[in-house]
Amino acid sequence: MGELRAYAALAGAQFRSVTSYRTSFLVEVIGNMGATVFDVLTVFVLFRATPEVGGFTLEQAVLVVGLSAAGFTLADMLVGNVDGLKNYVRTGTLDAVLVRPLPALPQLLLMDMPLRKTLRVVFGFVVLSGAVAVNDIDWTPARLVLIVAAPLAACVFFGSIFVISASLAFWWVDSGQVGSAFTYGGRDFTSYPVTVYGEWFRALFAYALGFAFVAYQPALALLGRADPLGLPAWAGFVSPLVALLAAAIAAGVWRAGIRRYRSTGS
Amino acid sequence: MDRIDARVLTISRNGPFRGSAATFGALIGSGFRRYATYRQATIAGTFTNIVFGFLRCYVLLAVAEGAAGHSPAGYDAEQLATYVWVGQGLLSVIGIWGWTELADRIRTGDIAADLLRPVSPVTSYLAADLGRALHGMLTRFGPPLLAGALFFPLHTPTRWQTIPLFALSIVFAVMICFGCRYMVNASAYWLQDARGPLMLWTLGSGVLGGLYFPLRLLPPEVTLALTVATPLPSLLQTPLDVISERDGPALQAGLVGLQAIWVVLTLALAALVQRRAERRLVVQGG
Repeated sequence: MGELRAYAALAGAQFRSVTSYRTSFLVEVIGNMGATVFDVLTVFVLFRATPEVGGFTLEQAVLVVGLSAAGFTLADMLVGNVDGLKNYVRTGTLDAVLVRPLPALPQLLLMDMPLRKTLRVVFGFVVLSGAVAVNDIDWTPARLVLIVAAPLAACVFFGSIFVISASLAFWWVDSGQVGSAFTYGGRDFTSYPVTVYGEWFRALFAYALGFAFVAYQPALALLGRADPLGLPAWAGFVSPLVALLAAAIAAGVWRAGIRRYRSTGS
Repeated sequence: MDRIDARVLTISRNGPFRGSAATFGALIGSGFRRYATYRQATIAGTFTNIVFGFLRCYVLLAVAEGAAGHSPAGYDAEQLATYVWVGQGLLSVIGIWGWTELADRIRTGDIAADLLRPVSPVTSYLAADLGRALHGMLTRFGPPLLAGALFFPLHTPTRWQTIPLFALSIVFAVMICFGCRYMVNASAYWLQDARGPLMLWTLGSGVLGGLYFPLRLLPPEVTLALTVATPLPSLLQTPLDVISERDGPALQAGLVGLQAIWVVLTLALAALVQRRAERRLVVQGG
């Protein structure tokens, strides 16, 4: 109970601080949503030039980008702030977090609670709903479960990538933008059917890192379409397992990082 | 315009022009050295530029595969690959993102120290930014281009004037980008907190500058309106169209000419904004 009250206090302080600069807050809310709007619009712009990208029609591609956007925006709102870790490590703010009697990760996430990212989550799910509506999906109980589980699995997966990328700062303080290649890069990768990528690049991002299971495989399973790359039909339904595996790895990396952390001492 | 020269009090026998040029050169050098100290960040940023290069290149090539005549918006596959990889190299040369220094200094009141200097802030920050761009050109431009050339067939320029035009276009793009960023940052003189304008700039400059997709994929009227009425396509789209030889020689040169107009306009506006701000400025802090 005491712990919950402490978290509520942290969250409440955040809420009051953002609402005291209302105009800035409003612009940030709109700007944040704009980033996701442009990601989705890019898909539409590209399809102006061609009827199919990587063997997929616009409707099918929107389902892929919708799953990716819903999962990414949710993960970015809930744990995206962890990428501020490199600043906390460099400036020594992390010390203050570690001496408090609460787990470090939830505290870090609440220290800068991104209320400004709420509207873009709504937009992500609107795109996903629109995609579900325009595609002719043959609804079965398994697919009904999948349409709920897939965006949540995508969120857990992206959240794990955020935590792993941020943990890099424990080993390499000046890692700078390297994490973005996997967080924002992962978002861009999953926004398109993986058939568009070259062979070794796809092998690395889609299968070795698991990004194919964020949006592409679930979209195929929902559409009832055979994978042109040869994975069996059930591959889309294992996306929650892939997400849980990623979360377990992220938890391990985070703990190893916290144990390794030495204060900058300044 | 007499407020943005770099004249300093000097007791040397050199004329005022020599003095200004020496000051400007020294400021460029300091901008260069400042960024040369962040070696690990340079490596990290280059890695990320290359990953995004692969992502964008594969997607655009897939679009080209399905497009009529395999040339969406008039680019063939090699021109698209050139567009993407040169774009990834130029990204940190032009530097559309991440510069909040002026806004931060206005918010904290450190700007007072800049105003005491005998060189106008617009001039000194421009010089520092040219130094930053020079460092970017030497360290960040090559690696993505090399990665692109290793994995994709790129377009080799066929006209003699393409390379000089491209070089000129980069210099113009850096100056236009600086002028825009200066104005966005200078909004802090009025707002104290420039986060809102900075965010809108980050959003608009990436998409409308031509980073995410060539703007020529938009309806032609939209592209034309953006290019003529806003400086944004001059940031990346124009240098990339020049190097990929998307247009005939006349339009290629014309686009660089249009950039020149935007250089004059944005820098003059930045200087004007600075003068207006100085007239009403209340320095923050104690």
